[in-house]
Amino acid sequence: MTEMNENPLDLLPEVLLAASAVLGLLLGSWLPRARQWVVGLLAVVACVAGIVAASVAATEPSTTAFGEAFAVDPVTGASRIVVLGGTLLVLGVSFRPLRGDPRESEFYVLVQLAALGALMMAGTQDLLLFAAAYLLASIPAYTLAGFRKDGPGTEAALKFYVVGALLGVLLLAGVTVLYAAGRATLYPMLGDALRDAPEPLVAVGAIGLLAGVLFKAGGVPAHFWVPDAVQGSSAPVAALLTTLPKIGALAALFRVGDDVFAGSPLPWPALIAVLAAASMTLGNLGAFFQQDVKRLLAYSTISQVGYLLMPVAVVDRSDLAQQAFLYYLAAYTVTNLGAFAVVCALPQAHTLDDYRGLARDRPLLAASLVVCLLGLVGTPPTAVFLGKLQAFSAVFDGGYAWLAVLAAVNTVASLFYYLRWIVPVVSRGASPGLAEGDRTARVVAYAATVVSVGLGLAGGPVLDALAGPMSP
Amino acid sequence: MIRLLTALVFAPTAVALLLFALPRRTAPAVFRAVWVAASAVELALVVVVWAGYEPGGGMQFEERARWIPGAGVSYHVGVDGLSLPLLALTCLLFLACALYSLRENRRIREFAALFLFLQTTCLGLFVALDLILFFVFFDLSIVAMYFVIAGWGHRQAARAALKFFLYTFIGSLALLLGFIGLYLAASPHTFDIVELTEQNPLAGRSVYGALVLLAVVVGLAVKTPTVPFHTWLPPAHVEAPAAGSAILAGVLLKMGTYGFVRIAMPILPEAWREYALVLVVIGVVSVLHGALVALAQTDFKRMVAYTSVNHMGYIVLALGAAAATADSSEQARSLAVTGAVTQMVSHGLLTGALFLLAGVLHERGRTYDMGAYSGLAAVAPAFAAMTGVAAFASLGLPGFSGFVAEFQIFTGSLGPQPLATALSVLGIVLTAGLFLRALRQVFTGPLRLPDAPGTPRVFPDMRGHESLSVAPLLVLAVVLGVAPRFLLDVVEPASRSVLELLAR
Repeated sequence: MTEMNENPLDLLPEVLLAASAVLGLLLGSWLPRARQWVVGLLAVVACVAGIVAASVAATEPSTTAFGEAFAVDPVTGASRIVVLGGTLLVLGVSFRPLRGDPRESEFYVLVQLAALGALMMAGTQDLLLFAAAYLLASIPAYTLAGFRKDGPGTEAALKFYVVGALLGVLLLAGVTVLYAAGRATLYPMLGDALRDAPEPLVAVGAIGLLAGVLFKAGGVPAHFWVPDAVQGSSAPVAALLTTLPKIGALAALFRVGDDVFAGSPLPWPALIAVLAAASMTLGNLGAFFQQDVKRLLAYSTISQVGYLLMPVAVVDRSDLAQQAFLYYLAAYTVTNLGAFAVVCALPQAHTLDDYRGLARDRPLLAASLVVCLLGLVGTPPTAVFLGKLQAFSAVFDGGYAWLAVLAAVNTVASLFYYLRWIVPVVSRGASPGLAEGDRTARVVAYAATVVSVGLGLAGGPVLDALAGPMSP
Repeated sequence: MIRLLTALVFAPTAVALLLFALPRRTAPAVFRAVWVAASAVELALVVVVWAGYEPGGGMQFEERARWIPGAGVSYHVGVDGLSLPLLALTCLLFLACALYSLRENRRIREFAALFLFLQTTCLGLFVALDLILFFVFFDLSIVAMYFVIAGWGHRQAARAALKFFLYTFIGSLALLLGFIGLYLAASPHTFDIVELTEQNPLAGRSVYGALVLLAVVVGLAVKTPTVPFHTWLPPAHVEAPAAGSAILAGVLLKMGTYGFVRIAMPILPEAWREYALVLVVIGVVSVLHGALVALAQTDFKRMVAYTSVNHMGYIVLALGAAAATADSSEQARSLAVTGAVTQMVSHGLLTGALFLLAGVLHERGRTYDMGAYSGLAAVAPAFAAMTGVAAFASLGLPGFSGFVAEFQIFTGSLGPQPLATALSVLGIVLTAGLFLRALRQVFTGPLRLPDAPGTPRVFPDMRGHESLSVAPLLVLAVVLGVAPRFLLDVVEPASRSVLELLAR
């Protein structure tokens, strides 16, 4: 192990976010209530600076920092940009509803800490650091879920917390067992050691680890918290819960699959493929007849995790997997946040019927919603289409053609419930729920829509940028 | 070099965006005028392309640009003898729809913009030489048509639109899976149609080839539609507005059959030859089923919709027969493929006209039920004449385009598939019967008009803009029937090259 790589500048985006969170907490204690927005501004600056730093770092060859505990490679680079970009969108939609709130600065700080946790999960190559990052991503999220202190919010936070605590304990147990089996916590060393480890021990450890990761990702079978937490919490928090932690957890799973379990005796690809199949199917079935838009989107995100798990399953079997995974991650994040931004822009509209006549009242917002929802289906030329194309190709290539077929069937099924939302939007009539609007969230929705389509049209260079080798 | 095809494809969408840039309060007449002008310019552009096209010169006006090289996708377009007639048909039909909609008042800006966007997707699909580009336009055409049906359709439109979307979307995903199968089989991996055609990547891999062909054929068969994937078609047509039906039947259905000759036959020749008999059977069943069900309809528009299933069946039959046996003469099989392409054009013209005429009927009497009308020839002679011409042309009377197409199909298919062809000829008899019955019911006898509350008691004859939209389609159908050489000169070399590719 080299001793020369303890350079904090390798972790500049993470350091910036942590510094901004701490500074924001201090600032928040001294600023008058009317000026607490400065903390939000600080967070925006930290995210933008982090994106710049991550982009610069991404142009350099892959490396590791602090021993081999943290990898700076395309997976980290892409996850950083996606997480920080997603955080920017979340901050954008929270700006209005939190303006003048007594706990405005706390909200921004918690958002940044949750994002920091996601960043650490994505970049780490050490199980212990991963466990710490898991907690860092979880605890602020519990608080955010119940931030409004109302009935549904409290229920959401409680359910989220109980499930999270249980699965977190399983995660820690899994880490311990894997340490016992492989006598290491660093992924590369663990990967070598697990080749000869007893299979039952590895299996128990892997299942514990999966429990925690799937909880964060919101995938079946650890998805039970998602609908309640998303419906119960406020719309900006729901946007955060369904994107940022997922990115970190899935990136970590991708890394673990490649470094740790690729050579182990476990049938890891088959296991992930089955989880992907279950997640996309059950998520879709749950979404079918939902009336509440947030709950519908919550189930939709569960099924999207299924699609995201497809390239994760074939990580070491197809050269297309990494590009497919990272591209889909970015495409999903921006499209999903676009849909949530529309929900945030219409705080009075809760059910599908409340969106009746939106196309007439606010044509641009309706167009954004339609593009984002059709984008989530995977209609070209939005980014998710290209992501799905890549993911399908990757699983085909990796020998899981049945998974691609199942995903295609699920895609058709998902069209049904997205259309159930689109139909009232474009049909005639008026709903009182559309009266009030949030201008900032509208702008965020437009921006996310443009990025979602633009990313799809300009997919060529982006895919090339995602293709570099992962750190050893 | 002028990028003529790119301009042709994307100009309508640019105009659509321009419509949204105009203030909301602009007079509807402005939107209509812009729409008609844009469609006329498109038609002029396609005439320029046709004039510059050299028959027998293979792929022309090609443009290729890097798009997503990492995924093997490029922006690659071009025209040959298979796509050029369909491009011309598309532009003509869209102009006809623009003219027909000159009295449309419901949200005309959105209506015009959707149609212009739809025109981009149709033209783009016919010039696409990359599977993903093809797929993008294929899917977007579904989305645009969904909004046309759902937004401007009749009472049950929402249901019909949903059914249309779900069915054709299933088809499009099957198609996507097939495309991915082709992509992975090729080395280097590519989605380029020209390169894939050269490579013939699935030669000698019969199981893989069969599965990919299955996915591609199912995807295209849903769109075409053939039995048993046709059930979305009647409700979609009945509920769609007249212009939407004309485009759906006239252009969108051709996407399926065009996919057969552009993708399935040249890229998967082995599998296509092996399973040609299945396609022949599907074709014959579609011919007979479409005709028989159409015979049972009392709803004029539904009847025309089912005759579409029948007419598309002839195309599938011809394409299957062209490959079914290698020992039949080259010339006969070439005739079958040429006939299939001619049938696409002919069906587009005639069914487009029939659906616009059905719109005229509905606009006057508020119903498509043929039993509610009688003796219309007395009050609306021009309407009766045009419907008569369209119906006779559609049933394949000599002197009209339908005859040229069906004659070639039957002559070409009789050698390789005598039984199937003989059965399909029955389809012509059935269509003749049903069209004659419909004409007798609606146009002869004592005058009777639907007397539902709110309908006017008079039946005005064709108005200027309606005649202007329908008449050119019928004139062209007659021209093609009498002097088809200008079309056949373009199609024949292309169909010969398809057969060469198929014989590999």
